[in-house]
Amino acid sequence: MASVMQMARLMQGNEAVAEAAIAAGVNFYAGYPITPSTEIAEFMARKLPLTGGVFIQMEDEISSMAAIIGASLTGAKAITATSGPGFSLMQENIGYAVMAEVPCVIINVMRLGPSTGMPTAPGQGDVMQARWGTHGDHPVIALCPSSVTESYELTVRAVNLAERFRTPVILLLDEVVAHLRERIILPAQEDIKLINRVKPAGNDSSYLPYRPIDNGIPPMSDIGGGYRHNVTGLVHDERGIPSNDPGVAGALISRLMTKVADYTGEIYMSDGYLLEDAEIAVVAYGAVARSARRAVKEARQDQIAAGLWRPVSLWPFPGKEIEELSRRVRCIIVAEMNSGQMAGEVERHAGGRCPVVSLAKVNGELIAPGEIHRRIREVYTGA
Amino acid sequence: MPDVIKEYFRPGSLPHMWCPGCGTGIVLQSFLRAIHHLGYRRDDVAVVGGIGCSARAVSYIDFNTVHTTHGRALAFATGIKLAKPDLQVFVIMGDGDAAAIGGNHLIHSARRNIDLNVLVINNSVYGMTGGQCSPLTPTGSRTATSPYGSLERQLNIVNLVAAAGGTFVARSTAYHAKLTGELIEQGVANKGFSFIEVISQCPTGFGRKNGPSDPAAMLQWQKDKAVMAEKYGKLPEEEAKGKFPIGVLFRDEAPDYTDIYLGMSSRAGRGKESGGKDND
Ligand SMILES: Cc1ncc(C[n+]2csc(CCOP(=O)(O)OP(=O)(O)O)c2C)c(N)n1
Repeated sequence: MASVMQMARLMQGNEAVAEAAIAAGVNFYAGYPITPSTEIAEFMARKLPLTGGVFIQMEDEISSMAAIIGASLTGAKAITATSGPGFSLMQENIGYAVMAEVPCVIINVMRLGPSTGMPTAPGQGDVMQARWGTHGDHPVIALCPSSVTESYELTVRAVNLAERFRTPVILLLDEVVAHLRERIILPAQEDIKLINRVKPAGNDSSYLPYRPIDNGIPPMSDIGGGYRHNVTGLVHDERGIPSNDPGVAGALISRLMTKVADYTGEIYMSDGYLLEDAEIAVVAYGAVARSARRAVKEARQDQIAAGLWRPVSLWPFPGKEIEELSRRVRCIIVAEMNSGQMAGEVERHAGGRCPVVSLAKVNGELIAPGEIHRRIREVYTGA
Repeated sequence: MPDVIKEYFRPGSLPHMWCPGCGTGIVLQSFLRAIHHLGYRRDDVAVVGGIGCSARAVSYIDFNTVHTTHGRALAFATGIKLAKPDLQVFVIMGDGDAAAIGGNHLIHSARRNIDLNVLVINNSVYGMTGGQCSPLTPTGSRTATSPYGSLERQLNIVNLVAAAGGTFVARSTAYHAKLTGELIEQGVANKGFSFIEVISQCPTGFGRKNGPSDPAAMLQWQKDKAVMAEKYGKLPEEEAKGKFPIGVLFRDEAPDYTDIYLGMSSRAGRGKESGGKDND
């Protein structure tokens, strides 16, 4: 069996996400069709009934987000998938999941926006929406794959992080990665490490649904699991009871932030290519990182010491690595399919120690290797 | 009769947030008495509310309670019910919650005939935000956002739910507290989407502007205007004017969505075991 399981397959990014979700123990999917994410819903509609899970097509993305939160509250591992317009509709309830600390995963396959934009064209314009889309101060975990294999791995990781941190996790694919077909070797199920939310021990009379234990997170009891309590998006005390006390509010919001901020070591992910001796660093993520890698390789053939840094966890952003890079490179180029959303973040962490140049392209086309190569050369000769 | 406050209110939840004379407490009492009478284990009951004065009731009571976002209670409840079908799921919403911002979810939950027990406390206005008009505000009423009288036509929410596919549709009033409890129990017995509109009073947001504002007089109005459905149907047109029917208004037979889903899933799973094609 294992050898069959591990056979190489040709698979699309969206399909890899769906396969991975099942392997990660996802047993509830609610969604509303939208290009370019629909393959995920279609796969789940086929697969979940066979595994005893639930698939439901809701009336819109607002209710999809609500339904996965409801399901997760009963103990299910629940996800949804969408694209820009639907992601916008989900924002209020994403904030609810943050506030009520409900694990869930939202896959957002980014297309060109704003509004209906170009439904079949790639974009990366939702990077800041993923960070700040819902109102109020809140933590966020958002991961961004560059390949089909990585789409699989990060889906498993997203489900695990949601369970670990009791918070929504966003997987940001772009249309290129979502529809790209690549060779992938699926891991055997027994090789996939799964994390499940910590539940309260049975009969613990001191259990409070919003009091963290030593991993920084409150254990979570399922609806029907014997610890009846209130779940609310209002500011609440450790019992889940609404409160207007500024002391309670301040402590809650700060705990929500630090429960992620204190454990970034478990979340940060990035990789580098030819960075050791690089004088010019290209920062890119998602499909653009593939172009950037090729551009760096070509620049090296021109004797330009270029390298690539690729954040995989976009949020929390591994800014320390930019800080470190900014001390030893002459320039950082940020290539992305938006008008510089991450460039601003990179600039902040570079702190003026080196120039940060934005290579932004927002026309529904993937940034080609040649465009990045050209910019590297310009920066190199100009610098 | 149990002392429902002692039995079912979470310790420390009083004082509640409702204004003096508000009908929500009366309706909540009917609800708790019905649950008590049904004899459910509290752990097996989930009560889901939207946002508003009415929906706030869920935070006070000792069940698995989920106080959600404005208008979305039914969608949260759909996830809860489908993921754990053994739970008895109740949903409490205000009229704005259910008919305005949550109107689409109301239509589609009824259409699925998913086994949820829904209570809409209709106080004719948006109480929590200070008495603005809602889709259930009687046309011509003065509210905070219709100072010259509301222009829009009032939605007939029970007809909407019946047309959309709900299989148990009823109406009561805060005054008819006993009837409300009985209807809740009948709704629970219906495996499917059960919907009860309870006409209630908001002396602060509606009564003061439109009169009467005295809570007792508002209850009296409910008593005088509500007529049991069977009787209402026989009233001559002249007499029916200004009155409204209460009791069970509509019933239908249809399979519950949760059952349909589980049936499909188990058939599909068996098909797979017996070598059926799993097209991945
Ligand atoms: C998305 C959103 N819009 C608006 C509000 C503000 N809001 C809170 S309660 C409410 C209306 C409540 O009216 P209703 O549902 O009739 O319930 P009642 O308070 O009368 O019981 C509104 C508009 C909100 N909380 N969320």
